[in-house]
Amino acid sequence: MARSTPVKKALRSLTWLVVLMAVLAGLNTAASVLAGNAKDDSGEWYEGASWVPELALDLQGGTQLTLAAQNTEGGSVTREQLNQAVNIIRQRINATGVSESQINTQGTNNIVVSIPGKPDKQTIDRIEAAAKLTFRPVLYTEAATNTSVGDGADSTASPTPYSPPASLQATPSAKPTNASDLNWVTPKLQDLYTNYNCAAPDDVTTAPDDEPLVTCDQDGTAKYILGPVEVSGANISNATSGLATDSQGTSTGQWAVNLTFDGTGTKDFRTVTNRLVSLQQPQNQFAIVLDGSVITAPTTNSAITNGKAQITGSFTADSAKTLADQLKYGALPINFQVQSNENISATLGTAQLVGGLVAGLIGLILVIIYSLIQYRALAFVTVLSLGVAAALTYLVIAIMSWRVDYRLSLAGVAGLIVAIGITADSFIVYFERIRDELRDGRGLESAVESGWKRALRTILASDSINFLAAIVLYVLAVSDVKGFAFTLLLTTLIDVVVVVLFTHPMMQLIARSRFFGEGHRFSGLDPAALGAVYRGRAQFRAPVVDGKRQQRSAGEAQRRQTIAERKAQQASGENGTTPDGKDD
Amino acid sequence: MASFSQFGSDLYTGKRSYDIVGRRKTWYLIAVIAIVVSLVVPWLRGGYQLGIEFTGGSEFTISNVQDLDQSIATDTVERIVPDGIPRVSQVGQDGIRVQTEQLTDRETTEVQDALAEAYDVREDQVAATYIGATWGADVLAQAIRGLVIFLALAAVVMALYFRTWKMSVSAMAALLHDLLITAGVYGIVGLEVTPAAVIGFLTILGYSLYDTVVVFDKVRENTAQESHRTFTQSVNLAVNQTLVRSINTSVVALLPVAAILFIGSYVLGAGTLRDISLALFIGIIVGTYSTIFIASPMYAHLRENEPKIKQADAKKAQAAEKRQREVDAAAEA
Repeated sequence: MARSTPVKKALRSLTWLVVLMAVLAGLNTAASVLAGNAKDDSGEWYEGASWVPELALDLQGGTQLTLAAQNTEGGSVTREQLNQAVNIIRQRINATGVSESQINTQGTNNIVVSIPGKPDKQTIDRIEAAAKLTFRPVLYTEAATNTSVGDGADSTASPTPYSPPASLQATPSAKPTNASDLNWVTPKLQDLYTNYNCAAPDDVTTAPDDEPLVTCDQDGTAKYILGPVEVSGANISNATSGLATDSQGTSTGQWAVNLTFDGTGTKDFRTVTNRLVSLQQPQNQFAIVLDGSVITAPTTNSAITNGKAQITGSFTADSAKTLADQLKYGALPINFQVQSNENISATLGTAQLVGGLVAGLIGLILVIIYSLIQYRALAFVTVLSLGVAAALTYLVIAIMSWRVDYRLSLAGVAGLIVAIGITADSFIVYFERIRDELRDGRGLESAVESGWKRALRTILASDSINFLAAIVLYVLAVSDVKGFAFTLLLTTLIDVVVVVLFTHPMMQLIARSRFFGEGHRFSGLDPAALGAVYRGRAQFRAPVVDGKRQQRSAGEAQRRQTIAERKAQQASGENGTTPDGKDD
Repeated sequence: MASFSQFGSDLYTGKRSYDIVGRRKTWYLIAVIAIVVSLVVPWLRGGYQLGIEFTGGSEFTISNVQDLDQSIATDTVERIVPDGIPRVSQVGQDGIRVQTEQLTDRETTEVQDALAEAYDVREDQVAATYIGATWGADVLAQAIRGLVIFLALAAVVMALYFRTWKMSVSAMAALLHDLLITAGVYGIVGLEVTPAAVIGFLTILGYSLYDTVVVFDKVRENTAQESHRTFTQSVNLAVNQTLVRSINTSVVALLPVAAILFIGSYVLGAGTLRDISLALFIGIIVGTYSTIFIASPMYAHLRENEPKIKQADAKKAQAAEKRQREVDAAAEA
């Protein structure tokens, strides 16, 4: 028999579904395999891919800090400032060697930091501290020696900060005359500098302003000995990026960062640049230091007397903007206050995860049992559809976890479990529609087609409402609510995909089977049980009359028919029995 | 359960029919009473019991506890912080949770060490959490903002989809009814309001409307058809026809929520899962009820006085009366 159109359509939909799932699964498998072979931090596209979704703190244990950004000058913190603050905090945490941390903004002035394990008081203090931007003259600099400390391979595995022997002289032998004076470099400082490992830096976030400093740049590619602080970042009044102009005011086509100082800054900067411009490399460089790390160390080309400096170099539009933002941030009067410090032990996290999974399993089994009772064999379509939905959800979450660093939280797990019911609801809406069509006397195949048209509209409408709720919650809400909203969003979308690409095609296919097509007692689509009078294939009757009064009047109308009319009607088979089975 | 699908088909054909829409005054009255109770009783009880996230405070969770005696925790905390007012509860099979007023860093460390010692567990089995009072307020403020924006958007979307604002208004009224009553249950029973409960509460939004949309879709279909029924009768038929669907979808949605609620309450104890599922559990039940008993009768109520519908209804009523007279006359003859 030639395949009819519904079957062709059904097969086409199923093929699309298989393709979709194969692509997602293939992508994740390839990436996971590559990621498994590669080192961490490879920076490649497959970095972080895995078949196991990342878990949030409440499931794997760890600490979550909520920091409120406060403007020390009064007034509120802008969105831009908050985003810059996030970058600063990220750098601070990365500098402590804590990996796997997550930093997000929450609401208008909160920053949420999630760290695995339990940070010590020092780490928290460090995160809390206000960002500090300073200008220090460069005394010495050279490329960083990151792996030369110690000997053999094990030294790179867990580098510890180098501390110079206490016996070395720590005070300058002659009193330095200015910040660029090489007398600042004591034997102890020299020893520290020689052995300094940028892969294991000292905690320099809160280095004193009036002393020299050994530190690295932010990439850990160069190390420096710097003189004491000469200009404070608080004296920067603005920093912008743009194309540099020459003395005639025409553009040189080179990206530059423009700095403007306030009164004190102008004076201080004038003093520094006046001195530096005449010194030799590298002493004519000044380092811009953020939280102890050098973000850039430009060479002084001329004395800046008007408080307007321009930094040029091999900037791109992006890197110029980043630097300008960092400089501006240094001038930001923001500090942080810890609003909450939540610590979840790993054992409790595991218990929660197991509890959530068990709850999900119980929920699933209950839904299956209820479907079996209500829909008999049709429940298998429900189970298969839920299975497909679960597989798709798992794939998407694994990929999201890899691509956008999504972490599954307890609220997210709850969202997934709740979604079982809501997804199954779509199937119920569809099945009930098919039953309605059967009750109207259609054959199963046509009931599936016409029921689908109506059910799809209902499903799309109700899913859009759910979708809308999830989007609003996701965009507006914070922390846990976001995790929950996200799973709701995802499962609503997947619900539509599964209903269209799986459940409906399956119905189209099984409608042709004998078991369902002829309405077996256990098929869940038995027209007799559904109250339809069904007389075998392709024989329909008019929809049943409804309402007691209508029945009565219809019965009356029948009684009042002439014998001829009645006979004609019976012969044509048009008029069936009334629903309660009495013929008149 | 053939009888249930038989029940379904009887409702579909109209063989069996409940006059839900017609008895709207009863439902309105019940709703008004329920809402007043939901508002007044929590107020009489002195407001909602807010979780630590809203009031601020310190929380300690001790896991892997052998001896679950809660007085150990109370004694330990009171020894270190005499006015800490500890609230102790069991979490899961072997966990103890202690909530206190906001403690200083030093006190926190001391309490943590003392609890570990008192319960004879390793120090890392005692987790300390500190929550500032503003944190929960932030969450709540965002949630309320989300709620308002969602209501506005959903009202517009529904008005566009159903092409009548009256369905929107009825659905929103039912939704507000659900939210007020769910909140009321929390207040009346004295359940703790936590951010997780707020999440559950917000999810009711989506679900309650979801349910209403399914029924309204059938209402729209029925009222758009030419029939001899009056407008109200058509709406009532739609409600009856979708009754089985409403029951089935609600039961299926409730089952997983009930599973989380069960695991959350009896296995894990106080926490995110229990709080989310409890709000949802109440909300789904109330939501199903309100779709049938509030949204649909209200929609019929709003529409039946429209001149066009009134006219058509009058005609249909006349026709029905005429039919009835004929039937009666025939019976007499």
